[in-house]
Amino acid sequence: MNWTTFFALLARDAHVARRNLMSLLVQTMLQPLLFVFVFGKVMTQGGIMPESYKGMLAPGIMAMSMVMTGIQAVSMPLIGEFQFTREIEDRLLAPMKIGWLAVEKILAGMLQALAAGAVVVLSARLLLGSGVSLNFDRPLLLAAVVLLVALFSSSGGLLMGCSVGMTQIGLMFSMVLAPMISFGCVYYPWSVLKAFPVLQKVVLLNPLVYASEGLRGTLAPQYPHMSPMVVIAALAVTDALLIVLGLRQFYRKAIS
Amino acid sequence: MAIGVRTKDLRKVYSSPPPMAAGTAGFTMTGTRGPKKKDIQIVALDGLSFEVEPGEIFGLLGPNGAGKSTALGILTTRVRPSGGQAWIGEHDVWRQQVEAKRLIGVVQQRPNLDFALTAREILMFHGAYYGVSPPERARRAAELLDRFQLTERAGELVRGFSGGMMQRLSIARAMMHDPQVLFLDEPSTGLDPQTKLLLWEIVREYNRSGKTIVLTTHNMDEADELCRRIAIVDHGRVIAGGSPAALKQSIPGGYVLRLRFHQPPPELAERLGALPGVTEVRANGDSADLYADRGGQLIPAIVEVASALGAELCDVHISEPSLENLFLHHTGRSLRP
Repeated sequence: MNWTTFFALLARDAHVARRNLMSLLVQTMLQPLLFVFVFGKVMTQGGIMPESYKGMLAPGIMAMSMVMTGIQAVSMPLIGEFQFTREIEDRLLAPMKIGWLAVEKILAGMLQALAAGAVVVLSARLLLGSGVSLNFDRPLLLAAVVLLVALFSSSGGLLMGCSVGMTQIGLMFSMVLAPMISFGCVYYPWSVLKAFPVLQKVVLLNPLVYASEGLRGTLAPQYPHMSPMVVIAALAVTDALLIVLGLRQFYRKAIS
Repeated sequence: MAIGVRTKDLRKVYSSPPPMAAGTAGFTMTGTRGPKKKDIQIVALDGLSFEVEPGEIFGLLGPNGAGKSTALGILTTRVRPSGGQAWIGEHDVWRQQVEAKRLIGVVQQRPNLDFALTAREILMFHGAYYGVSPPERARRAAELLDRFQLTERAGELVRGFSGGMMQRLSIARAMMHDPQVLFLDEPSTGLDPQTKLLLWEIVREYNRSGKTIVLTTHNMDEADELCRRIAIVDHGRVIAGGSPAALKQSIPGGYVLRLRFHQPPPELAERLGALPGVTEVRANGDSADLYADRGGQLIPAIVEVASALGAELCDVHISEPSLENLFLHHTGRSLRP
């Protein structure tokens, strides 16, 4: 394996991310921060939601931000690079097996998803103050969940970036990402869905459910949540599946 | 040491319209029974074989859709061959992709520059992908920017560049890692005459430094001007190959004389066809196209025949042996779109 080339490609992505830092931050972080403010601050201080809602919400928002960031960070450039500017061609010719370019994209997306998660944790502390007590007592479990969530987001981004056409980007948001967030147990724990038994089963197909529940289970275990082991198993299977499908689509796009 | 390029019986059949790596449209369609997508079979290459000698400039000449870009796609690891083999030096392109990629530089038909980077960064990162050391990268980038007259805009994102500037930068980028073989797919398409001459000069200069150049073109002048040898490609096969001069001489009656007469009698065409060196006459109303093995020397005889029959020769245009005539000869079709 040619690591020189691999790290040069990673350096290129880092350079571009640095250059677009402001728009990248606004693109991925503004919406979660607004959610934190409206749901965590306005609604609790306004008395509509109990104070404890903040702590339940923060891990969900973190999961959502990580997932959205990773998916967008990988898929949006790929859609443009494969279909519009074709600028990926130069990197496909780099002296390295082309599958590693997809791996590099996944790694770059993971790093951005992790950065997004960190920003949410910090801003939740700043914005929501004392009402949020995040639990860092189980660092290994937390690390495992966070890494699996990041991997889910960027490998999902790879699959979408190599499957969605330029003209379907709007549809990707409204038909895939919006329902995923709405039924991703971001704003409520999975257990409250027991009032909707069918829905409660159906949402298990949504990987964001495991991301939200996993982060809730590790960062705010005082709230109802799924067993972390179930979460890890489900995310591991999802990640493996997305990587296999994503790589397959990547090869299809890259080689005719 | 210079490196050669070889293909043997390359075949490529697309089961859907050829995607980006293949570039152009206009392939032969066969077996399109019914509307089912799976039945679509587009034969882009049909046993393409050619050999490029180390250190030469070699051209693949043919009309759009002949399979030139697909051939280049296979040689540059971007298209999977359906059959046959291709080598860069000793490396089988499909089986030893990484080794092959190290040896080649590629300029695609359509600019594919990194829109997120400036001109200088594009060169610097490209060098980094190939493991060129940072000081050497900076030196080469500065040199190429200067050579391609891009130094003034080196710090700008390439979004705002004109087509010609993008094309120049694409070529500079392909040379950045000093590849042994440079592939250029329709390099002068869309360039103004001045830039085209600059490009030709740069290609020749790169070739003089011992590098092998493979280019595709549907421009006969370009093939004639640049290439030491060419292969004429049509429907995915090589239909003729050799040096431009030898190829042009190979057609009987390489000259075409386009004549126009005042009131030509019907028997004129027949009499013209009987002149020495004339291989074919195609008469149409007032005008006649004479295919012959000589040009101006025929004029006195033509005038004599015409005036004997009471017709007056009013216009003559002589075209010398050309690759255009050659293509016409081999395929019965014009090379021009």
